Amino acid sequence: MTNSIADIYKADVILVIGSNTTENHPIVALEMKRAVSDFAAEIIVIDPREIRLTEYAHTWLSQKPGTDVAVLNGLMNVIIGEGLEDKKFIENRTESYEELKKVVANYTPEEVEKISGIPADSLREAARLFASAKNGAIFYCMGITQHTTGTDNVLSIANLAMLTGNIGRPGTGVNPLRGQNNVQGACDMGALPGCISGYQNVCDSGIIDKCKDIWGVKLPKKPGLSITEMTDAALRGEVKAIYILGENPMLSDPDLSHVKKAFEKLDFLVVQDIFLTETAELADVVLPGVTFAEKDGTFTNTERRVQRVRRAITPVSNARPDWLIISDLAKAMGYDMDYTTVAEITKEIADITPTYGGITFERISGESVQWPCPDATHPGTPILHTEKFARGLGKFHTVEYRPPAEEPDKEYPFILTTGRLLYHFHTGTMTRHSMGLDEVCKEARVEINPEDAKKFKIKDDDWVELASRRGRVKVKACVTHRVPKGTIFVPFHFKESPINMLTNSALDPISKIPELKVCAVRVKKTRSK
Amino acid sequence: MPKISLTINDKKIEAESGQTILEVAKENGIKIPTLCHDPRLEPYGACRVCLVEVEGARNFLPACATEIANGMVVKTNTIPLYKIRRTIVELLLSDHELSCVTCESAGQCQLQDLAYELGIEENRFEGERHTYTIEDYNPLIERDLNKCILCGRCVRICEEVQQDRIYTFANRGFDAVVTTPYDRSLIETKCELCGQCISTCPTGALTEKMSRYKGRIWEIEKVKTICPYCGCGCELELQVKDGEIVRVSSDVEGGINKGNTCAKGRFGYDFVNHPDRLTSPLVRKDGKLVEASWDEAIKTVADKFSRIKKRHGPDAIAGLSSAKCTNEENYLMQKFMRAVIGTNNIDHCARL
Repeated sequence: MTNSIADIYKADVILVIGSNTTENHPIVALEMKRAVSDFAAEIIVIDPREIRLTEYAHTWLSQKPGTDVAVLNGLMNVIIGEGLEDKKFIENRTESYEELKKVVANYTPEEVEKISGIPADSLREAARLFASAKNGAIFYCMGITQHTTGTDNVLSIANLAMLTGNIGRPGTGVNPLRGQNNVQGACDMGALPGCISGYQNVCDSGIIDKCKDIWGVKLPKKPGLSITEMTDAALRGEVKAIYILGENPMLSDPDLSHVKKAFEKLDFLVVQDIFLTETAELADVVLPGVTFAEKDGTFTNTERRVQRVRRAITPVSNARPDWLIISDLAKAMGYDMDYTTVAEITKEIADITPTYGGITFERISGESVQWPCPDATHPGTPILHTEKFARGLGKFHTVEYRPPAEEPDKEYPFILTTGRLLYHFHTGTMTRHSMGLDEVCKEARVEINPEDAKKFKIKDDDWVELASRRGRVKVKACVTHRVPKGTIFVPFHFKESPINMLTNSALDPISKIPELKVCAVRVKKTRSK
Repeated sequence: MPKISLTINDKKIEAESGQTILEVAKENGIKIPTLCHDPRLEPYGACRVCLVEVEGARNFLPACATEIANGMVVKTNTIPLYKIRRTIVELLLSDHELSCVTCESAGQCQLQDLAYELGIEENRFEGERHTYTIEDYNPLIERDLNKCILCGRCVRICEEVQQDRIYTFANRGFDAVVTTPYDRSLIETKCELCGQCISTCPTGALTEKMSRYKGRIWEIEKVKTICPYCGCGCELELQVKDGEIVRVSSDVEGGINKGNTCAKGRFGYDFVNHPDRLTSPLVRKDGKLVEASWDEAIKTVADKFSRIKKRHGPDAIAGLSSAKCTNEENYLMQKFMRAVIGTNNIDHCARL
């Protein structure tokens, strides 16, 4: 997030697109609701499904999945057309505005209605409402990013924020909600193929020299493979071994049969986890790590806040903290990775990572800090880009609408979109082993619109077989208006109905994110599971 | 904010205008008892145990709902106030199930604490009592109306903070009760089982079902840490007894969540002590994963990685780090792949 959770209530209009906030980020949703009830803010929800946040919203626009660029360009078309843009901000803080203007000119509300299904007048009203805000904040999540146009979607959001001058003040900003406790931290720490910690490019000679000084090793100068590229490389026989730490791609990745084939082709698979997950079952060696409650360290939340994780219990049985396992492995391979405490690692992170430069274990034990925090006296940064952008002027990117990689057709007439539920988390490794939560919600159900259900004579709790070009899954039905006609929704938590058997592994060309939010499927009523 | 001077129990105090007597007293170490107060909620003034004497006021005033004023002279501990508080608590106890010996809230019950402080040993108000059935249809939240004191904190937190409005008051006078739409069980309403109502309940009327008989408050150690689920980064207190997490709470003054949690944060902890946890390294032998020592497992991995690296080069090995693990572990994992293996083939599930 460019902004902080604590300043959400200062927004006059909150635009939520591709985020089912009450279920996936419930505490951020509390702040949004508080902004509405106590501070007269308005919420605009743009989401194909009638998510619970719509109950608190002024406007809900239901777009056809995968048409976000068109919708965002449409909003900007109205704002520019009616002269509602922030001229001063555009003049002082941005560049390439004329190019943007040219592109969005084609996205009239009527054109956008044809693409997205959102009525032209509703789009106009939403655009005026957002532009009228003194402070407007935009929130998004995987509904924006998990598309072959994921990068374009995010660029369009940035365009809209800059066009309306909603950057750098409390109650504004471009605010991605990170889906896992430390996914922000994993990115910050350089668990990425193109950069080490602090987003320092592996192709930069200066960075390679710095690593040589601190790590004593000269790093390769070319970026590595992303997660989905690794499976393809494994299938081609180029990657022979994979070491997986606390991840379960056998439920979370698109096109699972493809993933399974890739893992089976490997010479060697190592999985380090807390349970024998679907992925661990395929491993050659399984290393028992520990949960958050059994270790010390830090997590970084969605607003870049680095917070202290404290050990509450000793590791169960013979399991070991993951940082110890990794260093033991390094030592066994002849590299001197000798830390006696977690604090020593935190110190090394600060030494090598400018954005974490002022973050020590001692400091974080007393107060949490939002990065960038370059030195010990720096108070941290609650809001980014207050004076200028990282690159100086904010650049408007021209983005044209492109349809999803796979669209419904005669054979596969429905759009399948996937996501999470309130009571479960990701592949369920933790929540499906939490007995109370699993009892409240123990199985997947496919949400299907009553009109569609009627056509196939599907009633609540009937078994339904879903099929895409990549696989089939059986799942119980939930007939509901929450999904629009032609779209079905299935959560991906449940190994009994592994919906990622069906999803498409087509990637965004830049971010390499798979298109988990849109694929074409067919629906059939079936007798039993 | 302009400063205001006032006197509480003969102590001269400077405070910011807009604060309540209760807030100012607390800041200055003066304890005023409360039952219906929660800093997350709007002042309510229902229970009246926080009544104080204010010079010049016609009646006693509730400290939780009365703003301070310049020159105010407040007394919090006079004999008339003691008598009022005592009578209120006696009346509450006269229709309250006194099962403190097994109540989950014993030791953290504001009613119990007040009865103790006021030395209430007998029931002066013998009379009719209610007997309610305990609501028992969901695995997470237990509602025992026999212990409810009608402070309205559950009603208000669900309305003001959670904004789900699951609870409301029904009936009047002696029969007044907190209920749900059509008196349905929580699981049949739109309740999201966040447990915020438990977090604010001052007695044992709302408790965590999974924590039943697992540990009393004086037996547990509270450890502040961060929730392992979504990216909000809520601060939690893990309540631990004998190496097991028995309950999760959150400090109303701490973290980005200020005491608020969702269902996952509050109730999704028992995976930690689940019997299916991996407890020993496993190495595949003759097609089967079998238990192995740490030394054997580490050596197997190190040898195999070294051989593959030698034969096919470092880029034949790839690593996936974890968005569940700490910053320190993610840092080490990418350092391991880069410095030890010698490849940039490192990623994690940010895209999934």
